[in-house]
Amino acid sequence: MKVKYFAWVRERVGKAEETIEPPATVRTVEELIAWLSGQSEAYAYAFEKPKVIRTAIDHAHVKSDAAIAGAREIAFFPPMTGG
Amino acid sequence: MTCPVTIRIQEDDFDIAREIAILTKSRTDIGAVVSFSGICRAEEDSSKVSALTLEHYPGMAEEEIKRHADEAVSRWPLNGVTVIHRVGRFVPGQNIVLVLTASQHRQAAFQAAEFLMDYLKTNAPFWKKEESATGTGWVEAHARDDEAAARWTKS
Repeated sequence: MKVKYFAWVRERVGKAEETIEPPATVRTVEELIAWLSGQSEAYAYAFEKPKVIRTAIDHAHVKSDAAIAGAREIAFFPPMTGG
Repeated sequence: MTCPVTIRIQEDDFDIAREIAILTKSRTDIGAVVSFSGICRAEEDSSKVSALTLEHYPGMAEEEIKRHADEAVSRWPLNGVTVIHRVGRFVPGQNIVLVLTASQHRQAAFQAAEFLMDYLKTNAPFWKKEESATGTGWVEAHARDDEAAARWTKS
């Protein structure tokens, strides 16, 4: 699946997007964040406060217990500050 | 009643008068247009801001604004909605966002414009980075914006 990062999450991860293949045991957004955090220091830093991170699946906001099965694009970003 | 909804994300500035003219052209059923402009200001919590850079999530930003515009259309008797959000780097005094709502009477237009702005601030995927004399940093979300959006939640 494709993963995108925005604002300071993007800066901390060090890239704007990538394609990842998490193991089948990773079923929810929360589990995906935990799995990514274990991949490197950069991810661990980006996701150090997982409760602050907002997630969208296929362009729609989701909660941390949302299932990631079938997702084409998952995005992680900080609380929004537009307008 | 037709209610055209226009949503644009662009780097270029917008012309409020022109956008209102487009919204009301050839229509005689509109009795009220409310216009809200968000402008880059030079002061944020008593620190001086020299510039703001707006980043967005292309695709989702348009879709999220559209979802809220559609909700506004279902909640109030609107005759037109225009939302333009700029991205890029702005200095104080420059336009960032425009919300126009048209209705037969003012109340629906006022309320829908406020509803759209409250939701735009908390739910549309845009982020501001601030430049000041002390450095550059991402703007933090305010609890007051969440509270403003929460008051529109139907109980």
